[in-house]
Amino acid sequence: MKKLPVLLALVSTLATATVVAKDVTLLNASYDPTRELYRDVDTVFAAQWKAQHGDNLTIELSNGGSGKQARSVVDGLAADVVTLALAYDIDAIADHGLLAKNWQQRLPDNASPYTSTIVFLVRKGNPKGIKDWPDLIKSGVQVITPNPKTSGGARWNFLAAWGYALKQPGGNEAKAQNFVRQLYQHVPVLDTGARGATNTFVQRGVGDVLLAWENEALLAKQELGNDAFEIVVPSVSILAEPPVAVVDKNVDKHGTRAIAEAYLKFLYSPQGQEIEAKHFYRPRSPDVAKQFAAQFPKVNTFTIKDVFGTWRQTQAKFFADGAIFDQIGPGT
Amino acid sequence: MRHRILPGFGISLGYALTYLGLIVLLPLAALVWKASGIGIEGLIRLLAAPRTLAALRLSFGSALLAALINAVIGLLVAWVLVRYRFPGRRLFDALVDLPFALPTAVAGIALTALYAPNGWLGSWLASWGIKVAYTPLGVLVAMVFVGFPFVVRTLQPVLESLDRDVEEAAESLGARRWQTFLRVILPMLAPALLTGFALALARAVGEYGSVIFIAGNIPMRSEIAPLLIVQKLEQFDYGGAAALSTAMLLFSFVLLVVITLLQRWSSRWMEKTR
Repeated sequence: MKKLPVLLALVSTLATATVVAKDVTLLNASYDPTRELYRDVDTVFAAQWKAQHGDNLTIELSNGGSGKQARSVVDGLAADVVTLALAYDIDAIADHGLLAKNWQQRLPDNASPYTSTIVFLVRKGNPKGIKDWPDLIKSGVQVITPNPKTSGGARWNFLAAWGYALKQPGGNEAKAQNFVRQLYQHVPVLDTGARGATNTFVQRGVGDVLLAWENEALLAKQELGNDAFEIVVPSVSILAEPPVAVVDKNVDKHGTRAIAEAYLKFLYSPQGQEIEAKHFYRPRSPDVAKQFAAQFPKVNTFTIKDVFGTWRQTQAKFFADGAIFDQIGPGT
Repeated sequence: MRHRILPGFGISLGYALTYLGLIVLLPLAALVWKASGIGIEGLIRLLAAPRTLAALRLSFGSALLAALINAVIGLLVAWVLVRYRFPGRRLFDALVDLPFALPTAVAGIALTALYAPNGWLGSWLASWGIKVAYTPLGVLVAMVFVGFPFVVRTLQPVLESLDRDVEEAAESLGARRWQTFLRVILPMLAPALLTGFALALARAVGEYGSVIFIAGNIPMRSEIAPLLIVQKLEQFDYGGAAALSTAMLLFSFVLLVVITLLQRWSSRWMEKTR
């Protein structure tokens, strides 16, 4: 207790010294694999904001499955910004009136400052000779991918396979459905989330191919040593666009709109793009992309909009109860 | 009302009921209220779906089997801990509680690591052609693990208070060993054994965290009912999730009522035979 007066004196001097400085807290609700990315982004952005405005900015980060995070925000988690795995989850928040329905038009590039794509992680030396999507349904090949019904990330995997089959010469919906059905018959374990699937493949040694987001595959390779696994880039894949948005209701309540908007804009700035690229997300900026060209091989990608329309339509067609995945998934 | 030595019946009953209401009944009421959104017809369609039936069968079937295994093994462990003195008994006794203390996800990951085809036990079992991880068998293993302490802990105090005179009397009256066990000891343990069984069963039915890692989660084969609930939540289908939860709750409730009745019947039977 003796220290209290000293502490008080110290605090009051500090307070008088920086009269205009405020203590601001921002909460970012994000999906699982962005933990390391936003730790770096937050440090740099907080320092920059303090230099420009003098405020002491603390950015808190909440991680979890994308859908679970969206539900938390709907149920009252006071997140100022959400940075999730797919637009459908932010749409769900918008449906509950927490942000404007046109949120995806408020920022450039479909409100996705960074992208990724779906690649194959295979074991050292690629013993099964996996080169492209058709190799996944050869007999004896086991594919690890999480359940698209519980994992937002896994929906991109499903759609990447579908889009590939559709884009083949003579490809149509029926052929795509047939290809994806065969693909999921090669899946022995359906984990509930992307990290779980990575564990099953890497730690448990199950399966020959892991369908993974490129940033996760590169991270796994980096953490586990470069020689245990190899990345195979398929001929065609999907452009995964994880979106970001300011939660209107929450920032207006907290008075943090300006800072939340600046935070998301920072993700598009050269500095932000560089941090994202360092964490293996593909940057939108052509300059930064050129800088990291060695890390990101050229991929022929298509977007959700090119092939499927909106996320709402995609969800209803493929992943709702009784929809295509339930009709053709493993176990059916 | 009869005179009581300690006063305060009214106030403690009031507290007990309020507490029970707030902690147990209120959330359950909210659940049922959410579930009512999909209507009777929706509920029937949901429950009649082959996928739902398969998941419920796996959840309740494995839980019953796991509780049964725990009842047998738990009885053995409790017996050893109470009746014998051996070095390391206290440590062994403390170990029993570990499944309580371990976060279920940790348990699930540890069990999967052990039983996966490249794990210590898994690789050995694989040479016999037995697969545990990512099969319904894995579900059973995880459920046995989380339910294990219940039977041991409910039986221990009863075993400790068991009068050995009775066993000696049985022996001196010419009962064989198995007769002493089956007709003297087991009936006295039956109520506690049933309680332990019921607790282990209830725990296993609702278990999600540990099972999910080891199950494989393939629809119709190794998908537990709580996972179906989570899947509905992922689609923001709160009504469907709540309805399935309510159905599970009802099944569990019926099972627990049956067990309580059995328990009452067994203790009454014991009174009569005394």
